Amino acid sequence: MSTQPLSNLPKPIDFQSKSMRRNSSRRTATNFVVSALAVIATLIVLLPLAAILFYLVYKGASSLNLAFFTHIPAPVGEEGGGMANAIVGSGMILLLASLMGIPIGIAAGIYLAEFGQGTFLANAVRFTADVLNGVPSIVMGISIYSLIVMQQKHFSAFAGGVALAIMMIPTVTRTTEEMLATVPHAIREAALGLGVPKWRTVLSVSLRTASPGIITGCMLAFARVAGETAPLLFTAFGNQFWSFKLNEPIAALPLQIYVYAISPYDEWHRLAWAGSLVLIVLIMVSVTLVRIFANRGVLKGGS
Amino acid sequence: MELEFAPSCMSIKQEHGAPPSVTPPLAVVPAAAQQPGGPVTTPGGVSPIREFLNSRGSGRLADSSFAAAMLLCACSIFVIVLFIFTILTIRSHLSLAAFGWKFFTHQAWDPVAGDFGALPFIYGTVATSILALIIAVPLALGVAIFLTELCPRPLRAPISFLTELLAAIPSVVYGLWAVFVLVPIMRDVLGPFLVKTLGWTGFFDGPNFGVGVLTASIILSIMILPIISSLTRDIMTAVPNSQREAALALGATRWEMIRIGVLRNSRIGIVGAIMLGLGRALGETMAVTMVIGNHPEINKSLFAPGYTLASVIANEFSEATTNLYLSALIEIGLALFLVTIVVNGIARLMVWAVTRGAPGRVA
Repeated sequence: MSTQPLSNLPKPIDFQSKSMRRNSSRRTATNFVVSALAVIATLIVLLPLAAILFYLVYKGASSLNLAFFTHIPAPVGEEGGGMANAIVGSGMILLLASLMGIPIGIAAGIYLAEFGQGTFLANAVRFTADVLNGVPSIVMGISIYSLIVMQQKHFSAFAGGVALAIMMIPTVTRTTEEMLATVPHAIREAALGLGVPKWRTVLSVSLRTASPGIITGCMLAFARVAGETAPLLFTAFGNQFWSFKLNEPIAALPLQIYVYAISPYDEWHRLAWAGSLVLIVLIMVSVTLVRIFANRGVLKGGS
Repeated sequence: MELEFAPSCMSIKQEHGAPPSVTPPLAVVPAAAQQPGGPVTTPGGVSPIREFLNSRGSGRLADSSFAAAMLLCACSIFVIVLFIFTILTIRSHLSLAAFGWKFFTHQAWDPVAGDFGALPFIYGTVATSILALIIAVPLALGVAIFLTELCPRPLRAPISFLTELLAAIPSVVYGLWAVFVLVPIMRDVLGPFLVKTLGWTGFFDGPNFGVGVLTASIILSIMILPIISSLTRDIMTAVPNSQREAALALGATRWEMIRIGVLRNSRIGIVGAIMLGLGRALGETMAVTMVIGNHPEINKSLFAPGYTLASVIANEFSEATTNLYLSALIEIGLALFLVTIVVNGIARLMVWAVTRGAPGRVA
């Protein structure tokens, strides 16, 4: 067996030729430039976050004191005063919203994950929930205004709660559905095989297994609506004094921040920063808890 | 339920006087079925065991009512969307009847004379949203590329957590920050710099007070960035690794691999993510209201104050004195609702088309 003479092979590519080297260095340079751009973009994005957090702590911490948590707003021109009524009001509205929004959201999620898999209706509900998630909050505000406030002829805490509840439903629904989808079928089948009726299986087996993730979703929705101002502008309206009645205008922390931020008084600006710091700390704490819960939820649901 | 099975079984045994020690429990059947020599299952009829099981209640009623309740809650989401649409249409009928389609092409906004047109607000909304997208999209893509392809593994989780933290900051806090930090920067640093370098384009004419369309766009871009970048990241992660490996095996550099293997495969999803960001930008209210200047005019200069659909509602709703005024504002809300529904719907379909296999996340 004689081998072919080498001369018959096509001429090997000369990787050291000038054009080849130029091409390859151009490509390397492009690669380098784009990588650098991506890194710079990330740094630019983190810059405002750092700036916002820095300013919040810098301006907010200096104006936080005990009076902020115990006093109601002082009249214009007076020093001091706090946002105690706004904090309590926010708590009441959020509680109301959670009581209405979370059960409906979880139930809709259960339908999507346990009853309607693959049906047209379930897909339509899922799609509508996603779309509803993107509807601007101010639209929710004016539709609740048109429905409740125009009928009652006065602003009320209840209307604010309903507006926020509507905003919570899609988030809770989608998270519940995703978390129930991670529950293995074997667990459901085991329960059904023991003769447990379906409703009982769903409530005490599927829902219970997925509960850490569902709690996560609820807190995420909670954190999202906790900072919403626009839906409360024409529903809860705000109040400078204590109010515990559901059918009266009530103060809320984001509303109070908005009113103070656009006011011309330095003292009120100071309170706005302090209020923002409190609001952000509340939201960050719940989001961080969500992170911890979420990781556990995935583990528990998937194992 | 499963616990009740044993006692009820026992009670049946005692009713029919069957000696429990002799026959195994399964052979115990109601007396009516105990024909001499007959098999346990009667031919043509329902098995007595089945009959017994049926008679003690299968929970069918509970099951079906539970399913119906869940279905009702699921359908409430449709009801909410329909309700928003109906109530806004009903409440805006005055202005719908008075102005018709001309409402959206009319430039006047004169509450005293009762003459309303939404064109300045549409212009403001579109201008701020597009500008915000122009600023945010390249940055968001950069972040997504960095996080999926370049970032060292230990840094990945903290950085993505930080960018998502941006999404958790409430709108009003962004507004507060913008009013006291961004506006002075725009007025004293960025504004003069833009006039000096890009003044010839004519977009930066007129006095610069710090508040205006450009400031609103910058704050909007910061707010929509996390949405676009986190969705884009999900979409890029959904691209199979074999695509990347194939590109690398052909000798591509990392950027070429990202361009050919990743970006080209996920472009529909990325467009969807950008549209979701657009939907968010169109409806963003508080932060924009605080820095846009709130003046209904159409001006080429980006330093000029403007007005958006959402911010005119937020600002003027509580001072709307006449019914026509109120109804015009509600019609603006209706328009905003319909536009965001359409934009979000298209965007969701696009994102779904790409990440259908992978489990999606709530944005």
